[in-house]
Amino acid sequence: MFAFVLKRLFQSVIVMLVVALIAFLIFRYVGDPIVSMAGVDTRLEDQELMRERLGLNDPFYVQFWNFLTNALRGDFGISYRLQQPVTRLILDRLPATLELAFVSATMAVVIGVLMGIFTALRSRSFLSGVVMTLSLVGVSLPTFLIGIGLIYIFAVELQWLPSNGRGATVDFGWWRTGFLTESGLRSLILPAITLSLFQMTLIMRLVRAEMMEVMRSDYIRFARARGLPDRIINFRHALKNTLVPVITITGLQLGSVIAFAIVTETVFQWPGVGSLFINSVQAVDVPVMAAYLMMVGLVFVTINLIVDILYYLVDPRLRVQGRAGGH
Amino acid sequence: MNAPVLSVRDLVVDFPLRRGNFRALDGVSFDIARGEVLGVVGESGAGKSMTGSAVIGLLEPPGQITSGEVHLSGARIDTLPEEQMQHLRGKRIGMVMQDPLTSLNPLFTIGDQLVETIRQHMPLTESQALERAISLLEEAGIPDARQRINAYPHQFSGGMRQRVVIALAIAADPELVIADEPTSALDVSVQAQIIRVLKELCQRRGTAIMLITHDMGVIAQIADRIMVMNAGKVVETGPVAEIIRHPREPYTKKLIGSIPTIARSGDAPPPAPEDSAPAFVDVRGLTKDFDVGSRVISRLLRRPGNVFRAVNDVSFRIRKGETYGLVGESGSGKSTCARMIAGLIEPTAGRVVVNGMDVWSVSAAQRARSRAVQMIFQDPYASLNPRWRVGNIIAEPIRVLGLARGSEVEDRVADLLRKVRLDPVVMRKFPHEFSGGQRQRIAIARALSSQPEFIVCDEPTSALDVSVQAQVLDLMSELQSEFGLTYLLISHNLAVIRQMANDVGVLHRGVLVESGPVDAIFDHPQADYTKMLLDAVPDLAEVA
Repeated sequence: MFAFVLKRLFQSVIVMLVVALIAFLIFRYVGDPIVSMAGVDTRLEDQELMRERLGLNDPFYVQFWNFLTNALRGDFGISYRLQQPVTRLILDRLPATLELAFVSATMAVVIGVLMGIFTALRSRSFLSGVVMTLSLVGVSLPTFLIGIGLIYIFAVELQWLPSNGRGATVDFGWWRTGFLTESGLRSLILPAITLSLFQMTLIMRLVRAEMMEVMRSDYIRFARARGLPDRIINFRHALKNTLVPVITITGLQLGSVIAFAIVTETVFQWPGVGSLFINSVQAVDVPVMAAYLMMVGLVFVTINLIVDILYYLVDPRLRVQGRAGGH
Repeated sequence: MNAPVLSVRDLVVDFPLRRGNFRALDGVSFDIARGEVLGVVGESGAGKSMTGSAVIGLLEPPGQITSGEVHLSGARIDTLPEEQMQHLRGKRIGMVMQDPLTSLNPLFTIGDQLVETIRQHMPLTESQALERAISLLEEAGIPDARQRINAYPHQFSGGMRQRVVIALAIAADPELVIADEPTSALDVSVQAQIIRVLKELCQRRGTAIMLITHDMGVIAQIADRIMVMNAGKVVETGPVAEIIRHPREPYTKKLIGSIPTIARSGDAPPPAPEDSAPAFVDVRGLTKDFDVGSRVISRLLRRPGNVFRAVNDVSFRIRKGETYGLVGESGSGKSTCARMIAGLIEPTAGRVVVNGMDVWSVSAAQRARSRAVQMIFQDPYASLNPRWRVGNIIAEPIRVLGLARGSEVEDRVADLLRKVRLDPVVMRKFPHEFSGGQRQRIAIARALSSQPEFIVCDEPTSALDVSVQAQVLDLMSELQSEFGLTYLLISHNLAVIRQMANDVGVLHRGVLVESGPVDAIFDHPQADYTKMLLDAVPDLAEVA
């Protein structure tokens, strides 16, 4: 187990190094940041001074080495656009994104798995048909349309929920949470639904397909022949086997919930990392974009690591293979 | 004196399908007394398994019992509601299924699965149930049951898993055990052990056993009475010896007649004396090592990894137009041998010379090799591309090797289909429209399409019913004499080898323990392993 985790960690570090190189390479050639920062009337000498101060005149490998060592210290430089440390900017906005992602991921997993089980076990019932049809809508409608639709119904027409922003927040030093105020929670509802809808329907369909497959297997038939009640067969034997493949897809999907909340955040004017990224792209704010890419990479690598360890815990067959490889 | 454990009367099972009703069982009646083993035989689709499923109440929807009665120890059970049926399953009727590899849940320890079953049916505490689980495993013949109770199913071999399944089936002392092909997925020697376990169980506990199998030999060994089924109907029922010696119905006669036996001398011509013909296929010192999971680091450092020698210094020769049989249990390296000889995987050491040409020497010989050596695989369902039409499947080697072009290809395909006794019209169809036997004929036609002289047959009939097996074997013999083909026939079925082969080699853990003329080896085996294999084979001749 320990050797397995160590090996995976080592792989993760390599992946992160590659991501860093790509982030650095792409953004170095994305355009001249000085041009976008400086106005038309900035003198050429001043432009040259800025260039020198930002280290843009150094050779490529020096720049990359500085980028790496600084990144390890949590320093991604200073935003060209806002003239503030990038790390601060991201950390300021990260709680908003993480809270949104956490709520929608929980919704997606809990509701998705439950509905998946229901539609698999009662695949012939009328209600399953309705759920399956609605899930098609969830899979096929683009996120921004769902967001705008929800805003129109619940914010504009019914006026039940706010249409944008985080509402009132409570500050804990470095973490600003919207969980503790009523307006914060109310503001969370629409964006969370929007962000989770696609994942939810995907997880539901996945769980359903897997579960129906598992229910046809010999060991489920044998479990019935042993006289086990349906409750144990469905929720002990079938569910655990269903979850083995579901974990992978779900894990990666949850990564994308955090990483690509951009659309939802834009639609709801959510002050998270995603909207920061969009604004930075428009201004060619290279340090922010690079840091964002690194963050997304880190999120995916971490989730992948967790998924692999979960796999290991759920499926005993992998444990033995790992041990055999250790000899 | 008292009521039979199981009594089935005029059982009819229907599958109402969209295209009309399919009657899977039609008026099936039989009894099983306490401590009796009833063998149910028949070919696939005869309704054997269906009968078992109907008795235990696990018919797949939309299947349903339309009429008839099922009585368990005098009480009618087919009309019971589902909840009461659930209490019956496992407690009073146990079941053993065919494939021990898939009938246990891979994510739970065998102890978990046993304890949960025991506690479901008996008022025991966790620790009492655990004790019972251990004693059940011991009874089913698992050594060190106490240590192994926390192991997962994949840590057991196939035979051991089937013992676990049997322990699960008898967990709550059922009166009746339905064993659906309990040994078909196992090696002969393991099969013999499992049969012994079942038989002891029957004698010790007085359990009635309904043994469903297509293998007449198994039935002859263990059953008291036989019920022969065909197309959902009971053909005849009677004591084992009587049915085997004096079958009344033509269907039973045909079924028994098509079973190859190891006692009968082969139909193949007696082998030519040594050295009279030069070896057509010459295998010398064939060896294959598999690298099992050496670490990345030791691989980088070029340290020798953990090597498993699957085939170890195997040598034999086959004369032209003859058949060499290779027998052995699963894991003995038979299939690895076959693949090396057919040129599919590269040997670690050794030479394979076919018709004076080294199979693994030069790449220029590759074309000639793929033309001269062909292979027929075990599973006719998996070895044909389901999305291709039969015509294309057979034509592919012809096109790839450039043996013909244009309309000539189709003529050749038609000709090949005729050779394997199929109507050329079938080239427009897809593989799923054919039965197992017909598919194996298609596979043979494909193998013949490049006009090979040497065909490697890896378990060509083990997925087929006995009567179909007999037809395919006959076809192979006819083709052999017609085209002077040379076969390497790999099988775990000793009777098939005896019927087909001139010479035989016995493979055990990658080593050829014995090799020589079939009759000599089967009648006077020298190696202990060969003796053990031959002893383990259930044979009709012992009963008759």
